This record gives sequence, C-alpha cells and structure tokens, in this order.
Amino acid sequence: MIDILSKRYFYFAFSLLVILPGLVLLSIGGLPLSIDFTGGSLLEVQFEAGKTPETAELVNLYEDAGIDDAQITSTDTGSLMIRSSFLTNEVRDSILTTMREKTASEVTVVRFDSVGPSIGKQVASRAALAVAVAALAVIIYITAAFRKVPNAFRYGICAVIAMVHDVAVVFSIAGIGAMFFDWQIDALFLTALLTVIGFSVQDKVVVFDRIRENSNLLRKLEYEKLVNHSIVQTLQRSINTQLMTVEFLLLALALFGGITLQEFSVILLVGLFSGTYSSIFVAAPILVLWEKREWTTWFKRKEETAI
Amino acid sequence: MIRNLTTRIILIVLILILALWVDFSSEINVINPVTDETLFTHDLAPRLGLDLQGGLQVLLEADVPAETEIDSAQMEIAREIVQQRTDALGVNENVIQVAGDRRIVGEFPGLEDTESVLEIIQQTGLLEFVDTGDVAPEEGSTILTDFNAASTATAEGTTPEDTVYHTIMTGAELESVAVSTDTLGTSYVINFVLTSDGAEIFADHTAANTKKFLTIVLDKQVISSPVINEPISGGQGSISGNFTYESANAFAIQLRYGSLPIPLKIVETRIIGPTLGADSLNKSLMAGLIGMVIVALFMIIYYRMPGVVAVLSILIYAATAFAVFKWFHFTLTLPGIAGFLLSTGAALDANILIFERMKEELRNGRNISQTVDQGWSRAWPSIRDSNLSAIITSLILFWFGSTFGATIVKGFSLTLALGVLISLFTAIYVTRTLLVIFLKSFKFDNLERWFGI
Repeated sequence: MIDILSKRYFYFAFSLLVILPGLVLLSIGGLPLSIDFTGGSLLEVQFEAGKTPETAELVNLYEDAGIDDAQITSTDTGSLMIRSSFLTNEVRDSILTTMREKTASEVTVVRFDSVGPSIGKQVASRAALAVAVAALAVIIYITAAFRKVPNAFRYGICAVIAMVHDVAVVFSIAGIGAMFFDWQIDALFLTALLTVIGFSVQDKVVVFDRIRENSNLLRKLEYEKLVNHSIVQTLQRSINTQLMTVEFLLLALALFGGITLQEFSVILLVGLFSGTYSSIFVAAPILVLWEKREWTTWFKRKEETAI
Repeated sequence: MIRNLTTRIILIVLILILALWVDFSSEINVINPVTDETLFTHDLAPRLGLDLQGGLQVLLEADVPAETEIDSAQMEIAREIVQQRTDALGVNENVIQVAGDRRIVGEFPGLEDTESVLEIIQQTGLLEFVDTGDVAPEEGSTILTDFNAASTATAEGTTPEDTVYHTIMTGAELESVAVSTDTLGTSYVINFVLTSDGAEIFADHTAANTKKFLTIVLDKQVISSPVINEPISGGQGSISGNFTYESANAFAIQLRYGSLPIPLKIVETRIIGPTLGADSLNKSLMAGLIGMVIVALFMIIYYRMPGVVAVLSILIYAATAFAVFKWFHFTLTLPGIAGFLLSTGAALDANILIFERMKEELRNGRNISQTVDQGWSRAWPSIRDSNLSAIITSLILFWFGSTFGATIVKGFSLTLALGVLISLFTAIYVTRTLLVIFLKSFKFDNLERWFGI
C-alpha cells in the first residue's frame, strides 16, 4: 500500500509554496475589493467606432461633474470602463449627456454599477460574518457527526484548519489574478469562496468517514496506518470525483463559458481542487500529527524528513 | 437486491414523465375531460436573470436614521406601493422584493429606458395633508412641514418665510381613491375613503377649519390646495377642481400610490446592457454541455456498465431538477448555471462513492447481490454527511444573498442546495433501481469486466 502520510512535512511545505506568493502579492497591492464592498461606481460605455475620446478628456468631464477620482481602463471589446466614487443617477445622467455632446457620438451604457458607501460597508461586514458562521457550523456539524469516534472535535478542528488552507489558496489565486488579470474581490468571488468552503468540508467528511468506519473494523492498527489506509481507500473516489468530473465541468465553463463566468470558474476550479488536496495532504496528516503530539519532537523530525 | 422493484420502477417512470412534461411545456393546463373545465393551470414561462437579458436593478433603503426600528408590515406596504407604481409603467416582469429588514430590491429585466423607472421610484414619495391656514401655496412649490422633520433638511426651494406647516395626516390613512364625474357630468372629481383613524382626524380637522386651505403635498411638493367647503365626518369626501379626465386620474394615482409609509432612497443601481447577456448565456450553456459530454464519456469508459447506469441516472436527475426549477419560477442566471453544474458534480460524486465501494466488495469475493447491498449501505453515511455540509453552506449563502438583494448569489445557492437534495434522491433511489434492472435483464457472465475491475 502506498505510504502517503510519512511525507507529511513535504506537503505542508508545498502548500506554503502555493499560498505565500499570492498572499505576498495581496499584502503589497492591498485587497482588490470591488465596489460591492467599498461603495463606488463603475460605468462601462461604448462609443461609435473612431469616436472614443481620450482618457484625459473623460477625467476632466468627471471633474466638471464634481467627481475627481475617475479611473479609466479600456476593455478588449473597445469599450471604456470608468471607476469612480459613488455616482447618483442624476450625476450619471448629466455625465452621459455631456459625453454625448462632446464626442458627437452615440454612447451606449454596457454596464453601470453604483453602490452607496454605507451599503458597501454593510455587505463587507455581513460577508465576513457569513464566512465565520459557515466555519462555526462546520465545526459543530462534524463534531456531531463524529461524536462516537474518540476525540471527535479534533476532526472538526482539522476540517477547519484545512478549510482555512483552502480559503488561503483562493485568496492567493485572487492575489495573482489581481496582479495579472485585474481581478477584483466582488460578491461573485465571495460566492465562489463560500462554495469552496462547502465542498471542502464535503471532501473532508468523505475521508474522515472512512477513518470512522475503519477505526471500528481495525481496532488494533496503529493510528497513522489506519489513517493512511483510509486515505488510500478513498483516493480513487477523490481523483474521479474531483479531477474527472467536477474539474472537467468547471474547466469547460472557464474555457468556453464567456468572460462573465471566467474568474468565477477559475476560482472554483482551483478552490475545489485545493479542497480535495487538503483532505488528503493537510487534514489527515494533521490528525496524525495531533495524535502523535509531534510538536514535541519537531526539530528531530525535520532532520529525518529533510527533502 | 431490491424487494419492491416494480413499485420503484413505476414511481421513477411517473416522476420522469411529470418532469419531462414540465420541462417541455410553457404552461400546464389540466382539463376535466367530462365538463371541459380547467381544473388547474400553472404558468411555466422561463425567467431569465438580469445578467442574461440585461436590465436594471435598484436597491432602495429606508431613509431613516440607522438605529430606527422599522416595522416589517410598513416595509411590505412600501414594497407593494413600489410594485404598483412600477406596474403602472407597463414594464414586464418587474420583481420587487423586500430584502432584509430595511431594504427593497427592484428588478426590471430587459429594460432599456432606465431613467423613467428610476424617476418614478424616486418620485414615490411621502404624501401629506397639510394645514396651510389661509394660504394656498402655488402648485409645484415646496413647503416645510413638521412631519418627519429630519428628512426635510434636504428639501430645496422652500417658501420665502420658511414657515413650517402642520401635517394633519399622511397618505397612509387613505383607504381608497376613485375618479368620477360630478352630478352635472361636466367635470371630474376625486372621491376618497379614509381609514377609521383617518376619518376621525379628518372630521375633527375639517370641522375646526372650514373655509381654510388643506394642502396636499407629495415629497413636500404641493400637488393641490383645495378649500375645505364643509366638515367631512363620515370618512368619505371628494376633491373637486378644474380637473380633466387625465389630470384627475394622474392625481388619483398620486394619492393612491404616493403614500409610502417610509421614505426610501436609492443606495445601489446596476444596469446591464442586453448585449452582454445573450452572448454569455449561449456560451455558458455550450460550455455546460461540453463538460457534461466529457464527464459522461469518462463515467462510461471507467465504470463500464455501472457508468452507463450513472449517466442515465444523471439524465433523470437533470430532467427532474430542471422541472423543479421551472415549476418554482427560478430565475435563470449565469451563476445559477454554475450552481447546477456543481450539483451535477455532487450527484456524480454519490454515484462514484457507491461504485468504488461496490468494486471493493467484488474484489473481496462477494456475490453480486451482496455487492449491491453493501455498496449502498456503506457509502450512505459519507454521502449523507458530505452533502449535508454542502447544503448548510448553501443556506448560509442564501441568507447572505437575500439581505442585500443579491439575486445572483441567491440564484446560485438555491440551485446548488436544491440540486444537491435532488441528487441525493437520484443517487440512492434511481441509480440503484436502474442497476438492478440491468443486472436482472442481462446475464453478465464476467462481472469483473463489466464493472471495470
């Protein structure tokens, strides 16, 4: 039988290698929060061919309307994306009218999002609450489901540690995406994040359930071997469910699903993969580490498992 | 393997027929064959979300200090008023919902002319009956009143003297309003009926202030300043003036729908151009289809005979889930499609868990009947526990989405949660039944090969 667990410190190092770069990028560039959480406006407009005005011209136009923080980027389709602080509908209308007059072009509003500053703050705090409630619900649920196993709450805690790992991976991806593809953390990102949390737990439960079952069947087996045995038994399912089905569906969505869902499906893709990975290579090893109280012998262990 | 196979088959076929019926019709009509009466009818027209067909979404918030408690009944009245007001615009399929305890979300799919809707919602103001004594303020001018003094700070262009008039009652006391012609049939009058509270206030006021002006203001703006001709005691009265049919109706609408119990302000506006949506819908559906075909091929190649069964069972799942979504008028959104695909993944996961278990049992030398029984009974706890955790997080997501009228988040979590529930049924019930049918109708001599071991 494959020995997965003995290389556990190698997996921990690998996870850090994935998580750290993105988090470093995030800490340098700051959290790329969208107007969903900060409040503000996003106006995407399309001009007639050849009549798209200069960026400076539009910035001036915004300044005339009393908005002095307009930032303009052009998109692949040739439209202009203007981000600014909160615009009321009256200000937006007057800006659009001036735009039409100055450019002598028909101006089509492709998209307009405007979120008041107070509502953004409330959404952000409610989002944090939602994630916290989800984590708490998970600990309670798993502890209850595994109540007949010795040290039931360890399973709950390990599931949450692995969940934090998955959340960190998702944020790391968001950090990389923000740096290279101008991604933003918006309501849809939050949806993806909570889904990753849900499915991450689902995955832990499948592995833990096997440990639960085996601990009744194979009472005499050493704990590390028991867990390793359980992982190997569920490995085929993990590969088939995650790689072959869910990831394929999401990959199709990311590749062919159009721009709107791209960021969403890439985050789900990576996050759900991380969820499966962390059940095998994070949650289960930590269970063993905890059982053996390995922190007492950490320095010795490191020498043994040096890569 | 299964005791009541016939009952199971009948039930599954029944569900499938019902699901397909719903899937492929735009309206369900059940007609009594004897009397030709319509017994039951249910509209099934699919509803596309704003991200797919473009449109306008606004989030309105009660414009009162944050610590003020808001009565949920008043919120519901405000919602109804916004609904009626915007219905009168002739916009199709507008949906107005209360979101959380102090917000209302309005959606206007396919709407191009966003300005008029925004205008009419914002205009949906507070109607007041104001005692202006001997003065008849000019129509269209703005006056100050003592009702809800906090919000009057924003009123512009007040009367020169800045007199604060007393508000006798608000539009909330109006029970009904109707337009009719006067006794001569030459000019129009507006008849109104007051609530019992309103009738009392009105009777006292009109008795004490006959021949004085009673000014009607909407959002502090004067609509009309009729003179009180005589005391009105029965809670019924009429307003006469030089009304044409149109102006009388317009006035009646303002009276009827202008009485918001709570002032509202727009805190969020989202406009999605129609071109963005249509493109995304086709692409996402195509992507979903491609993904499904690849996954189906994988299942069949890897799991052989059970794989075929799983694909059939997933098709039944898709038909059932789609029918349920259609029946309950789920709005189809892009994240909703993603949620549906993910729940299909969960449905497949249940099948895979069972099949992997069955393979183990077969390798351990059990016969086929034991294999099927063990495969299901052993996989069940982990299927149940793992899916429950997905449902719990979906519910938390749904709660989050509904407090802020984030319909996209709501759509995703609802399709995911319901999809996972339905997938539990198909994995446990349908897959097993189909597998037993397959095993009984074909005699497989080399089970290992058929199970892909």
